[in-house]
Amino acid sequence: MAMLEVTSLGISFGGLRAVDELSMKIEEGGLVGLIGPNGAGKTTVFNMLTGVYRPTDGGIRLDGQNLIGKKPHDICKMGVARTFQNIRLFANLSVLDNVKTGLHNEITYSLAESLLHLGSYRKKERAMDARAMELLGVFGLEGVAGYKAANLPYGQQRKLEIARALATDPKLLLLDEPAAGMNPNETAELMETIELVRKKFGVTVLLIEHDMKLVSGICEYLYVLNFGRLLAEGTPGEVLSNPEVVTAYLGE
Amino acid sequence: MDKLKKYTASTAGRDRLLSFGIVIIAYAVVQAMVLGDSLSSAMQGLLVPICAYIIMAVSLNLTVGILGELSLGHAGFMSVGAFSGIVVTTSLADTVPSGVVRLILAIIVGAICAAIAGVIVGVPVLRLKGDYLAIVTLAFGEIIKNIINVLYVGKDASGLHFSILEQKFELAEGGKMIINGPMGVSGVQKLSTFTSGFVLILITLFIVLNLINSRAGRAIMSVRDNKIAADSIGISTTHYKLMAFVISAAFAGMAGALYAMNYSTITAAKFDFNTSILILVFVVLGGLGNVWGSIIAATLLTLLPELLRAVNSYRMLIYAILLIAMMLFNNSPLKARLLEKRGMKQMEKLEKSEKGGA
Repeated sequence: MAMLEVTSLGISFGGLRAVDELSMKIEEGGLVGLIGPNGAGKTTVFNMLTGVYRPTDGGIRLDGQNLIGKKPHDICKMGVARTFQNIRLFANLSVLDNVKTGLHNEITYSLAESLLHLGSYRKKERAMDARAMELLGVFGLEGVAGYKAANLPYGQQRKLEIARALATDPKLLLLDEPAAGMNPNETAELMETIELVRKKFGVTVLLIEHDMKLVSGICEYLYVLNFGRLLAEGTPGEVLSNPEVVTAYLGE
Repeated sequence: MDKLKKYTASTAGRDRLLSFGIVIIAYAVVQAMVLGDSLSSAMQGLLVPICAYIIMAVSLNLTVGILGELSLGHAGFMSVGAFSGIVVTTSLADTVPSGVVRLILAIIVGAICAAIAGVIVGVPVLRLKGDYLAIVTLAFGEIIKNIINVLYVGKDASGLHFSILEQKFELAEGGKMIINGPMGVSGVQKLSTFTSGFVLILITLFIVLNLINSRAGRAIMSVRDNKIAADSIGISTTHYKLMAFVISAAFAGMAGALYAMNYSTITAAKFDFNTSILILVFVVLGGLGNVWGSIIAATLLTLLPELLRAVNSYRMLIYAILLIAMMLFNNSPLKARLLEKRGMKQMEKLEKSEKGGA
């Protein structure tokens, strides 16, 4: 069974058909790219997958379970985590607390224990600290764990967002332009990290990207979106030599 | 890892120590002054209200600073706590002789009633955002005030009687009106003491600081910082917004019960929009999300009008200037630099101690 199965997905905002008849299939453990020019509807697809928007038609199944009509936090509990194109960290919390917030449903204790710091509070908090530091270690962020998230440089903020998403122990990780604003060195480093994360955490990855180098370097399969419709799909080699794709990106 | 743990533990521990330290020292000093008879009776009369206002400010800080939603009706919850507390103490006057026990019961019932009011108000209000939420909390604050203003509660041998708009019940021989509509309550037995206020502050601080450093507290702050991101990592934002709002209302109820038991007469009009704004001023001046700042601001601003009696004609002028000065200082780069320096020193110290240890 496919990890993610999207069938004829569509959404309209008023008269605008933002996404139309989109079908995708991602196998477990896959690393798939969703590309397309600006305004093609890529982020809208992510918002539908995570329950931020409710699709007007079509179906979404994660590991066989229906996701349509579920609330964002329930979809996260079912195993979908994401990052955002415009970084959305908890700016006033520490780097460590950002990841610990991601562990919210992984390591739990009751409200009474929260208010009184009794029972398993200490044990669970220590477990959270250890797990969060482990995740930060994957991204080389242990050294800044005590900093306020807002004070991190841009590249590290992007990494922290991925670490926070991974803290929810997802089956499917959605990365929205993870390399946006990074220089070539940082991008290369990020590509390695994404590969590593996929192996280490056994997570299926779907990423939106503009950077062709990143996309063709690590993605096994690509979906190309243009004006909300699927323009092409296939291996990076096939897709990037497709004349329609080239036209959509570069013009006539 | 160890360094970080020490650092976070030391900052959290320091803030906690500071908050508790200030309160305990202040209590000891004031108590000594009361015993030494060096405190004027006007000042002594302010002690319980100050305690109540501190609890109000800390609890409102939970909504405004920690949850990040502006609430303009906090006095409404104080009012609910005050009047439900009075009903409890008056109706138990014969059966429970101990004043302390009755006060504790009143505070507990006040907290529960205010929490219920918090749920009733919070469920519809927390669907709104920002300015809209603020305006609607203001409206609910006024609604609560006006309901209590037309509430009649009496007690006689057959039990408690309630009616709204007009007194629709007749009390049997020996019965007593507890809440008499717009006339409010009179003849309340004064049960609140400075010590009870002090203990209640410690309980409030303990719980609020615990909450901030916990799983639920992080969830609440994540909703404040970025609602969409909080949703995306599996946090039910409506649940945690309501939780923070209701806990905040419950503490306001406690403060209300404490406050009411300090006066012989009290009316619903006392807990109006001005009181809500006054508490909001404490919170904003003390710093959003800053618990000990709320304590200091509530104390200073309640004392100031009294302290300034010496320069009576310029009293409100000086009060206003001080408000502005405090606000400017809170937003100044000077304060930011001071805080930064303190943080750097802390890190340096840890590094040094580590080197020394290794």
